[in-house]
Amino acid sequence: MGPTLDFLTLLPYASELLQGLTTTVMLTVVTTLTGLTLAVAVAYLRVNGQPWVRWGLSGYVEVTRNTPFIVQLFFIFFGLPGLGIKIDAITAAFIAMTLNLAAYSAEILRAGISATAKGQLEAGRALGMTTLQSYRHVVLVPAFARVYPALISQSIIVMLGSAVVSQISVFDLTYAANFIQSRNFRSFEVYLLITLVYLLLAFGMRRSFMLVGKRVFAYQQGEQR
Amino acid sequence: MIEFTFWDILRNLLLATRWTIVLSLIAFVGGATVGLVLTFMRLSSSRWLQRLTALYVDLFQGTPLLMQLFLIFFGAAALGHPISAWWAASIALTLFTSAFLCDIWRGCLEAVAKGQWHAARVLGMNYFQSMRHVILPQALRLSIPPTVGFSVQVIKGTALASIIGFVELTKAGTMLNNATFEPFTIFALVALLYFALCYPLSCYARYLEKKLYDAGLR
Amino acid sequence: MTLVYVDNVHKAFGDLEVLKGINLSVAQGEVVAIIGRSGSGKSTLLRCLNQLEKHDSGKITIADKQLDAASMSPKELSENVGMVFQSFNLFPHKTVGENVCLAPLVVRGEGKTEVEKIAREVLEKVGLSDKYDSYPAQLSGGQQQRVAIARALAMRPKVLLCDEVTSALDPELVGEVLRVLEALAAEGMTLILVTHEMGFARDVADRVVFMHQGRIHEEGAPSELFSNPQTPELKQFISAVL
Repeated sequence: MGPTLDFLTLLPYASELLQGLTTTVMLTVVTTLTGLTLAVAVAYLRVNGQPWVRWGLSGYVEVTRNTPFIVQLFFIFFGLPGLGIKIDAITAAFIAMTLNLAAYSAEILRAGISATAKGQLEAGRALGMTTLQSYRHVVLVPAFARVYPALISQSIIVMLGSAVVSQISVFDLTYAANFIQSRNFRSFEVYLLITLVYLLLAFGMRRSFMLVGKRVFAYQQGEQR
Repeated sequence: MIEFTFWDILRNLLLATRWTIVLSLIAFVGGATVGLVLTFMRLSSSRWLQRLTALYVDLFQGTPLLMQLFLIFFGAAALGHPISAWWAASIALTLFTSAFLCDIWRGCLEAVAKGQWHAARVLGMNYFQSMRHVILPQALRLSIPPTVGFSVQVIKGTALASIIGFVELTKAGTMLNNATFEPFTIFALVALLYFALCYPLSCYARYLEKKLYDAGLR
Repeated sequence: MTLVYVDNVHKAFGDLEVLKGINLSVAQGEVVAIIGRSGSGKSTLLRCLNQLEKHDSGKITIADKQLDAASMSPKELSENVGMVFQSFNLFPHKTVGENVCLAPLVVRGEGKTEVEKIAREVLEKVGLSDKYDSYPAQLSGGQQQRVAIARALAMRPKVLLCDEVTSALDPELVGEVLRVLEALAAEGMTLILVTHEMGFARDVADRVVFMHQGRIHEEGAPSELFSNPQTPELKQFISAVL
């Protein structure tokens, strides 16, 4: 076969593509929400927790940031059942992605908090708020706003990294691609198309994040201009 | 069936770690070379070159590394020139690394204050003199911590080469797992070995960043 | 003898007209202080004089040579016009001596021993010969600005432009920089300064130029101008700053 492209052979597989797309999008939406929520807790406890909590969390963050996502995924999916903890593939993918996003985002948030916090915390304290109250009402939103672009990028990185969950048979976009190319033998066309879909997802994610940010951090608009 | 002791497993993993290191080095050195060229293209006065480089960076940062790997591996085959997993992984990781390093270095060059260009310019220096004597030395200092930090991403990225069949640390782990059915031990060890490679680099990057910060440059 | 000649210079940033026809001539050895509100165009005028901003129309000549990219190379320009910035812009990775030597070495291509001799001379002139091997970060703001002046002088320019050179300094450090400029003026150096230091303008300048809304609104000898302003805008400006 010569080097020609033939995308028409992909048409019969529209439903597989759709299934893969749905899984990737769902995984991304859910893990972004859980991951960022967990990140807030981790960031808070890494600053304000008991020494042993701080120590343990710092271990979690460092291990996550210094090992490949695919190894984390394999460890959760293949390794944990060895200890008697049985997890299905999609749950393993969800856990791995959440833990991964949370570790990076907690570090990003911590930087945002330390850049925002001091004066704000003192102001909160002066108004009689507890540390937790100050965080909730005073520190968190400005800190989030400050590092929001970095959090967007990190969430996108996790979404792109999720291509790997196909390796534990989660029917995501990449799995769909692998499935199709094993049937129609047009691997290059399939992967090209799927790559384009990922690109659009990344683009769409950045866009919608920014729209959300504009609403949530609307109070800043006057400040910035 | 062959019996694997713990030491057999560790020994095999350590042997495979060599290839992770070699692949990381290839990707990093290749990526730095291509990235350097890209950085200067990005900063050139030609609009056309600027756009092209920006597009390149966006494409590699906006798609999964795994897809880049697949496209090169299967793309070469589709073009009638099948390449080995070695080559595909080296090329894909080099391109991936170059895009990120280009972005990091451009940021560093732009982080050197505008006033430095002005000062060099009023002293009569042309573009190359300003770049060489004033801007580059400063940008270089700024760029070292994030570059070292990114090397961790390169090492972790090499794990994906396992998926196209390149036998490095991760692939060795899955192969040993298939032979021994001791997934917990094996993947914990694999993680530990990656950690041993990456963590010192992460710490070093952080130390360099702090040193720069203390020097008042950031 | 006229050294700097500015003839009907216009400059706009987009729709914003910043310079609306500037005419100015500065004689050799003259000290001219440009004053005015922020946004009056005084810094832009200064930056046009060494082409950090390119003027849209009109003519600028320095020592009878027209100032534009076609007729004057950066090297030639820097041998005619030196500049000192509000924010010093010293090269942080180079020592004081290296800051001063760099341009003569790489732009003029002079020999190392000769350049170092000049560097020590100009640093002596600004009272910092003992800081030759220090890095900028080790110096106070006033000392950094004096190094910046020495760095400009090392190119032996015919005229030195000073863009609010004391504005970024703590009040107690302003004096040492002004004294250096005063000494330069006494030596016969041609100086054009944009400044907020009215006392300095009155004591040292031969002529004060008041800019308002992109034009030279009023100019004259400092004693005249400050004691007897002719226009309501200058009156208002003087009462606001003094």
